[in-house]
Amino acid sequence: MNKEAMHISLPGLNLKNPVMPASGCFSFGQEFSRLYDLSQLGAIMIKAATHEARKGNPTPRVAETSSGMLNAIGLQNPGVDHILQHELKFLEQYDVPIIANVAGTEIDDYVMVADKISKANNVNALELNISCPNVKAGGIQFGTDPETARRLTAEVKEASDVPVYVKLSPNVTNIVEMAKSVGDIADGLTMINTLVGMRLDTTGRPILSNITGGLSGPAVKPVSLNMIYQVRQHMPDLPIIGMGGISTVDDILDYISVGADAVAVGTMNFTDPMICPTLIAGLEERLKDMGVAHLHDLKGRAYKREEG
Amino acid sequence: MKTLMTIIANDEIADRVFEMELEGALTSDMKTPGQFVHVRIDGSTEHVLRRPISIASIDQEASRFTIIYRADGAGTSKLAAKRAGETLDILSPLGNGYPLERDRHVLIIGGGIGVPPLYELSKQLNARGVKTTHVLGFNSQKDVFYEDRFSALGDTYVSTADGSYGMKGFVTDVIETLDGPFDRFYACGPKVMLKALSETMKIDGYISLEERMGCGFGVCYACVCETPQGDYIKLCTEGPVFRKGEIVL
Repeated sequence: MNKEAMHISLPGLNLKNPVMPASGCFSFGQEFSRLYDLSQLGAIMIKAATHEARKGNPTPRVAETSSGMLNAIGLQNPGVDHILQHELKFLEQYDVPIIANVAGTEIDDYVMVADKISKANNVNALELNISCPNVKAGGIQFGTDPETARRLTAEVKEASDVPVYVKLSPNVTNIVEMAKSVGDIADGLTMINTLVGMRLDTTGRPILSNITGGLSGPAVKPVSLNMIYQVRQHMPDLPIIGMGGISTVDDILDYISVGADAVAVGTMNFTDPMICPTLIAGLEERLKDMGVAHLHDLKGRAYKREEG
Repeated sequence: MKTLMTIIANDEIADRVFEMELEGALTSDMKTPGQFVHVRIDGSTEHVLRRPISIASIDQEASRFTIIYRADGAGTSKLAAKRAGETLDILSPLGNGYPLERDRHVLIIGGGIGVPPLYELSKQLNARGVKTTHVLGFNSQKDVFYEDRFSALGDTYVSTADGSYGMKGFVTDVIETLDGPFDRFYACGPKVMLKALSETMKIDGYISLEERMGCGFGVCYACVCETPQGDYIKLCTEGPVFRKGEIVL
């Protein structure tokens, strides 16, 4: 079997395979470590860290939608210091790259978290969560204003000891403009974060206590594929980790085909806790069946013209 | 933890309330009453979230267990349509159940679709020689189930909110008429009922909570509940059973 067919090299990340759990859908790995060996994974995107511990939103925090779900957890986490001392320590026993998701309410918070967490010896890269409300700018998301996103990325990049990937929010008018605004500073992009949505109960009231939540799951895959495709046309070389509704090997190939370098699996970790190992084994088998020497031979099939 | 189990029976036992019997190897892990299983509706991705359903009874010898659920949404309605012989993808067993204390006489209080886990609890308590008295509350006569099962284990009182069956009123109205003394209470039901019990019962007790759930095993932080200290803790892994006063209702 040709393990090399799935090996992917990205800034800071030496991936055995392109499949990793997405941030927020894997906590910090302890629960999944009881189900399978985490060293099988391409990488792990750990749950968002903020400077202080976050309590999160009142319940209900989730609601199912057709082929998807809404969540409004509110970034509940024990704070960066606790994560460094406990959660990341626990993960040291595994041979797997870790991408630490960094969140905040103002630029200084992000910088403090990035500075601390990037120094952990098993954190290989940061994922900058720019979908948080910017308290100083009246709650507007960092990720919806190109200038703010650029400034945030520059400051975090400055503070970080490891490569920085920016997680783009799809809740924007022009995704290419957002990608360009951070693309020459960031080491890569991860896309996409969840889409803002709402679900009502039978009495006509929103189910989530937060009113709105982030839509994820197979329902968002077409949106994500298009956004990655569009960004890839303008940034042919920037590393992109694609995510949104991946549940099958075909979904992974779709993401690679629109130009993603690697993929993250989110919501389906809840539906099927064994989804990541299942997809890794399935992808390896598929590449063999297809006679493909390397996964990236399929990269960009959606826009590349036949050669010769 | 994850396995396919075979449906042995799936019958409507009250209005939109179904009793499903399942068979499979993971039954051997089910020990404590009050734990739950997390059921995938089908193999498609239309329903990405599993449904948490409490275990109503366990038969270790036959490797079978029973769950009871109300078909009041799109997903549970699909479960209700499943037939004997079909398989179901189950995560099991999840959560912490009821501690079985060495009491003389306890009160077991269930409300509506919260009644099921109390049946296995009562069976196990009786097997240990604990005397049980049961108070079961429902909205209406059409919603009542398992009265005969509980009656076989101990005195059983049924109330309905509309008075169409048993005593008219809530479980708390029934409890006022009981003599006791009771050493402890065990309860499962709607939050308003658990709140009323926590405020009125003088004795110690255990309550089981319900919340919209994501993963069911501590990863997603969806099903949290609040402690008196103001922290959110996960219901799926810290609960769903808590001691009276341990959680803000």
